[in-house]
Amino acid sequence: MKYEMSRVVRTVTDILVVPIIIFGIYLIIHGHLTPGGGFQGGAVIASSTALLVIAYGSFGKHKKDLSSLESLGLTLFILLALIGMGSTMFYNYISGTGGLFGGTLPSLGINPGYINTGGTITLMNLMVGLEVSAALSLIIWMMSKRSGMMEPEETISPSEEVEK
Amino acid sequence: MRKSIAIVAFLVIFAFLAGAAVEMRPFGEPDQSAMDDHFLGDTQERHQVNNVVTAVLFDYRGLDTLGEATILFSAVSGVLTVLREIKKDEKEEEVATK
Amino acid sequence: MSWESLLLMMPYITVVLLMVIGLFTVLFKKNLIKIIMGITIMQNGANLFLVSLAYRSGEYAPIFTSAESTDMVMPTPHALTLTSIVIGLATTALMLSFTIMIKRHYGSINTEDVRRCKE
Repeated sequence: MKYEMSRVVRTVTDILVVPIIIFGIYLIIHGHLTPGGGFQGGAVIASSTALLVIAYGSFGKHKKDLSSLESLGLTLFILLALIGMGSTMFYNYISGTGGLFGGTLPSLGINPGYINTGGTITLMNLMVGLEVSAALSLIIWMMSKRSGMMEPEETISPSEEVEK
Repeated sequence: MRKSIAIVAFLVIFAFLAGAAVEMRPFGEPDQSAMDDHFLGDTQERHQVNNVVTAVLFDYRGLDTLGEATILFSAVSGVLTVLREIKKDEKEEEVATK
Repeated sequence: MSWESLLLMMPYITVVLLMVIGLFTVLFKKNLIKIIMGITIMQNGANLFLVSLAYRSGEYAPIFTSAESTDMVMPTPHALTLTSIVIGLATTALMLSFTIMIKRHYGSINTEDVRRCKE
């Protein structure tokens, strides 16, 4: 109980975490039309992790899952870039071909835009958002754990081992 | 001694920065912008994307973004390594082998 | 130099002030957290310099969705600034975790105290 905050903070956290994550996903999937993109949306999603850690003082045992998500995001990003190697790396081979993510804009110049345009740019936004959200969540989680903001497990740190 | 060297270095760098700021060309009138004008005109037709910054980030300069993502990955690996946990029984084994 | 031209150079003057404040903190403070804050201020100065180089007077952000005109500022420095922000975030996280370990190891984050070698 020592690491939890009061009931008010926990209730507000429960209410706010879902809108924060949804706003992050909105920033990521509209990254090719509005201000935003993978990095910004990933940072917003990671801020929900910070909220959970501060309010509850624990985050479960999801370190392996977060590491896997981060590696998956980076690997898919590099893979998407490498598929275009027929002409150049990072070649946009989906744009304008029709189908999913291959649509065309309503007009050139100022226009409202469609969400299924962009080709690899939209997909890379998704991958980078995955990587950045997992990476920043991991950083927040590890640092708050080691600085005594979260309940410790039955482990000790390397420096304490050196002391003895 | 160390402090005086630091003060001299600080003053020299301050003087150079202030001189550079005075000698800069006026704010809002960039000199060479042919590449950026090409990006602004070319992006919508080629990528069907409205946000030109995203197009530059993920297509024209994708290798920069790849390096950036790799730096983020290695920084997280560094954080996990520095702040890693050692289980109690593993630690006892290590002490026993010493 | 008149006041109006000085006011027009305000972004560059702000960049110089940020860099100098950060450099002062890095050179003359002994607390590791303060040194990291100084490095972060210098990073922000560099980011502001990149963004202010991209500006063209009276033009709009390079996003076509709700712009009022197709006269737009230069997009490449904005993309480079985004890269620079994320790299700064990663290095700051690494520095802070080193600071956590230094505090556990030496019991202090003053650079005078952590200078000795561990026997």
